[in-house]
Amino acid sequence: MIHIEELTKRYGSLTVLDRFSLDVAEAEAVALWGPNGAGKTTVVRCILGLAGYEGTVHVGGLDAASRGKAVRSHIGYVAQELSFYDDMAVVDVLDFSASLRRIDTGRVDELIDTFRLGDHRRKRIAELSGGLKQRLALASALIPDPPILLLDEPTSSLDAHSREEAIELFEHLRDEGRTILLTTHHMEEMGMLVDRVVAMESGRIVTECAPAELADQLGLRVWLHILLDADSTAKARAALAADGFDARLNAAGIVVEVPAQRKGEALKVLYRAGVEIEDLEVWS
Amino acid sequence: MTATATKPTTGRSLPDLPERAQWRATLAIAHKELDDAVRSRWFWMWAIAFALLAGVLASVALPGSRIAGSASFGRTAASLVALVQVIVPLMGLTLGAQSIAAQRESGALRFLLSHPVNRTEAFWGFHLGLSAALLAAASAGFGAAGIVTAIRSGGAQAGAFLRITLLAWILVIAMLGVGMFISAFTRRASSALGVAVFVWLAFVFLGDLGLMGTAVATRMPVDALFFATVANPIEAFRLAALGSFVGSLDILGPAGTYAVDALGPALMPVIVGVLVLWMILPSVGAWIRFRTSKDV
Repeated sequence: MIHIEELTKRYGSLTVLDRFSLDVAEAEAVALWGPNGAGKTTVVRCILGLAGYEGTVHVGGLDAASRGKAVRSHIGYVAQELSFYDDMAVVDVLDFSASLRRIDTGRVDELIDTFRLGDHRRKRIAELSGGLKQRLALASALIPDPPILLLDEPTSSLDAHSREEAIELFEHLRDEGRTILLTTHHMEEMGMLVDRVVAMESGRIVTECAPAELADQLGLRVWLHILLDADSTAKARAALAADGFDARLNAAGIVVEVPAQRKGEALKVLYRAGVEIEDLEVWS
Repeated sequence: MTATATKPTTGRSLPDLPERAQWRATLAIAHKELDDAVRSRWFWMWAIAFALLAGVLASVALPGSRIAGSASFGRTAASLVALVQVIVPLMGLTLGAQSIAAQRESGALRFLLSHPVNRTEAFWGFHLGLSAALLAAASAGFGAAGIVTAIRSGGAQAGAFLRITLLAWILVIAMLGVGMFISAFTRRASSALGVAVFVWLAFVFLGDLGLMGTAVATRMPVDALFFATVANPIEAFRLAALGSFVGSLDILGPAGTYAVDALGPALMPVIVGVLVLWMILPSVGAWIRFRTSKDV
């Protein structure tokens, strides 16, 4: 459905994408994963014709460079930075979006209900919270009922509850058979949503695999912030050190560096040593 | 390392759409721009200020007009022309300068262009919507002045009054085009606004005083002086407007006399033609720049 070949994007002497190639099949969900500056958003912008590029991008057999309008008519896009027209009301943004797509405004009412925006119809965009803007962005993206969704860090401005809701919605959209290209740096989102992860760094593909394999393939590590009783910290550090873990003291407990896929092993060591854990946070 | 992440694509082709610009999208964008302008405090500030000043000038310039007749209308028209040549360019330049740059800066342009809309549709949608807003604001001023003039001196000079109104419309769209030209080349709305104010100063003051100074210092020939004057759109408006109710440009001194002698009946078409070129060329330049710029 999406075919990208030798995509290169330069800003002056800076190469943001370097001969990037990718195929996304129909009804497949693919995540572009990587740190800030890896080039994920630029890939999305090139597909939409928002950035010039070298190389070729085809969507559903249409050349994105010469058939930009047609390509965009089949895509729903949620941007990383949720920018609309701040002085417009919610319903006016959706009506405007529908009019540009020649879609009846009845669809707007339907989406306002679906995304529970009814109480906010007449609110100005500037008055909306990040979560409401996100819902509006999704409602706008789904106006044409598009077969393809480009979601650029779609949960970045959401709180935990809204994020959970959004992920549920994306799962539903994926299950409907839409082709999804998602950019993210959240490992857990990918595990739930996508069939395949393309890891990027400095505009290039580093590896490509199933979400569950990514941490192992890249040797990713995380930090467990384990909150303990002050008397238990020495015992915990000794037990972890004996099993080869690097545990450091922290104001409220200890911090242990572990491979991303083997967080449980450090906890097992503490359990066997009889250390009582009060709370736990994972830092990535 | 450059890797290729490939998975065999299924062969489904998606329906194509005509790529050419369509009026429907342009009108939808123009409608939104007009709504935005009408919601903006700037728009109302310009419209009300212009209407008030024009109404007051017409009232002040027309005392005893039933006796003085066309001479009083001349005073009103001259006052209006002086007002228009200061305020109307500033209205057009500032609104135009903020149009593209502000949307680009806020990210709204990216939202718009992620729709099945091409840049030609977007640009002319902005232009059309802002032109409509500016024409409405300019018309408010002329409407106020026109009502005062009609009440106090009757409709005898209606033709001349309408000609000045039409010239002011052309001027405001020309200045909008210059503003959009600045905007198409600028990434920040504040920079675009700064450049627009500088251009306004150049047109209104430097064009006039600078030209006089240059003419004296370089002993500029009278024909060059005339053409240098006419090249300034605000001066072109002033000459065309004065010519439309005075009937001759002899009152402008040697340059005016030269123009009348050299161009004869072609004089007014030449001046109006210059204004029309100002209306077209900067807008087309801005459109080309916007259409061909790669990144939003």
